[in-house]
Amino acid sequence: MSTFKQHSVLPGFNLALGFTLLYLSLIVLIPLSAAFFRAAELTWTEFWTVVTTPRVLASYRLTFGASFAAALTNALFGLLIAWVLVRYQFTGKRLIDALIDLPFALPTAVAGIALTALYAGNGWIGQFLEPLGIKVAFTPVGIYVALTFIGLPFVVRTVQPVLEDIETELEEAAAMLGANRLQIFLRIIFPAIFPALMTGFALAFARAIGEYGSVIFIAGNMPMVSEITPLLIITKLEQYDYAGATAIAVVMLVISFILLLIINLLQWWSRHRNALA
Amino acid sequence: MTTITISYPDKSRRTAITQEPAWVRRTLIGLALIFLALFLFVPLISVFYEALKKGVDVYFAAITEADARAAIRLTLIAAAIAVPLNLIFGVAAAWAIAKFEFRGKNILTTLIDLPFSVSPVIAGLIYVLVFGLQGWLGPWLAEHDIKIIFAVPGIVLATVFVTVPFIARELIPLMQAQGTEEEEAAVILGASGWQTFWRITLPNIKWGLLYGVILCNARAMGEFGAVSVVSGHIRGQTNTLPLHVEILYNEYNYAAAFAVASLLALLALITLAIKTFVESKVTQQKIKE
Repeated sequence: MSTFKQHSVLPGFNLALGFTLLYLSLIVLIPLSAAFFRAAELTWTEFWTVVTTPRVLASYRLTFGASFAAALTNALFGLLIAWVLVRYQFTGKRLIDALIDLPFALPTAVAGIALTALYAGNGWIGQFLEPLGIKVAFTPVGIYVALTFIGLPFVVRTVQPVLEDIETELEEAAAMLGANRLQIFLRIIFPAIFPALMTGFALAFARAIGEYGSVIFIAGNMPMVSEITPLLIITKLEQYDYAGATAIAVVMLVISFILLLIINLLQWWSRHRNALA
Repeated sequence: MTTITISYPDKSRRTAITQEPAWVRRTLIGLALIFLALFLFVPLISVFYEALKKGVDVYFAAITEADARAAIRLTLIAAAIAVPLNLIFGVAAAWAIAKFEFRGKNILTTLIDLPFSVSPVIAGLIYVLVFGLQGWLGPWLAEHDIKIIFAVPGIVLATVFVTVPFIARELIPLMQAQGTEEEEAAVILGASGWQTFWRITLPNIKWGLLYGVILCNARAMGEFGAVSVVSGHIRGQTNTLPLHVEILYNEYNYAAAFAVASLLALLALITLAIKTFVESKVTQQKIKE
């Protein structure tokens, strides 16, 4: 025990840690392991065949492509919104700041039907896009719109505190030495917020690849065209193809865990960067 | 997912030398507002507009009919079980992680966050693999006539899974920042462990705790994907509010679907309001310290 835990006068360590481990095992770890044990019942060839059929491959391409595009949009506009909220004064700023987290608080199904109604051919926004030949609802573009919505807060909330902490002195010094605003942004501000920006991007991307509720209403869900991987898992499950559903789920889980690892590294980098600055 | 942001002296008031020209400022603010309008405000407003489009009578009929009431009840039950369970878990995990030094702490912290990186659909699937008819415990449960999947216990379990990290991840950094001196002093002066927790720790973490609870509650009541997999969609029995929205929508009953959805949107707005209030409290507490 002595090497495992440093001495402390505070009581309750065994109880608190014991309960934490028991709860986590029962609710999270053992059920999650079920997916891996189930998938292990397949031979490698069977597993590989299931997770690489053309329909499954098309769903990966769509899920990762749309998630990447959405996370990229979030990085760009998230940075813009964080910048505007930290640096400028304008009316309604506090209200907007509070509403940024709406995609975290609004149930995904509600977001899904609201975006579908807006971007359908007769919707508030869709009616202006349709004459231009842009169809959003029931196409992959709709998936991109839904994923952009749910990922919006991540970049804003990771970049905002870092931007608030940047010392003005550094910018003032650069300005005195003759740097213009763009140079100051590119050489001083952007490097300081880059790790946070990457973290926000990765968080939005990780959230998007697993997203289901907001996407299925607007996607159209056509196999090979607008069918996301999480939906494919449900489809297999409804056909009682447990092995197939589990195999695809394991692929998604492995990718999610790798992303989690990357996010942890990015956050460490971000903290390290800020500690040095 | 969110962390409590603390605003220090306002950085938006700046000297001319580190300020962009007015036209740049206006363009940037304009672009940000257009983006937010398209992706946030208009969707939010449209929920209430669509809900009330067919009139107030249709609206109230939709949210008071028997199936909607059953869905509200089940949503409240699921949240009433999931939130307290994860509250106890969050406090226990934070106590162990923030107040003690032990090996494997970083791994434990990462494991707590795991449910956030698992797709909701997979969260539902793993419970089917454990408790479903084909699952590990399926045959035994069938023998004893216990239904978990396609029944209320499955919905509760899936809800608990997706909300595991919320309270723990608010409390851990907060309690780490507060250190252990106050608790150590209390224990040395003869207070018992529980006394120390109730009198010292709890008052210090109450706002962070409330913050975690309301976010946990919002997710518990709004969860869709995980619950959808384990629910079986039996109207009036295993339908939560978000699932009820889906059923009404797929039946082309848009006015009713948006009416029920507006209840959830209202919940989201209340959540954001309490969250903003709690954040201001936390900022005040920080400044006092």
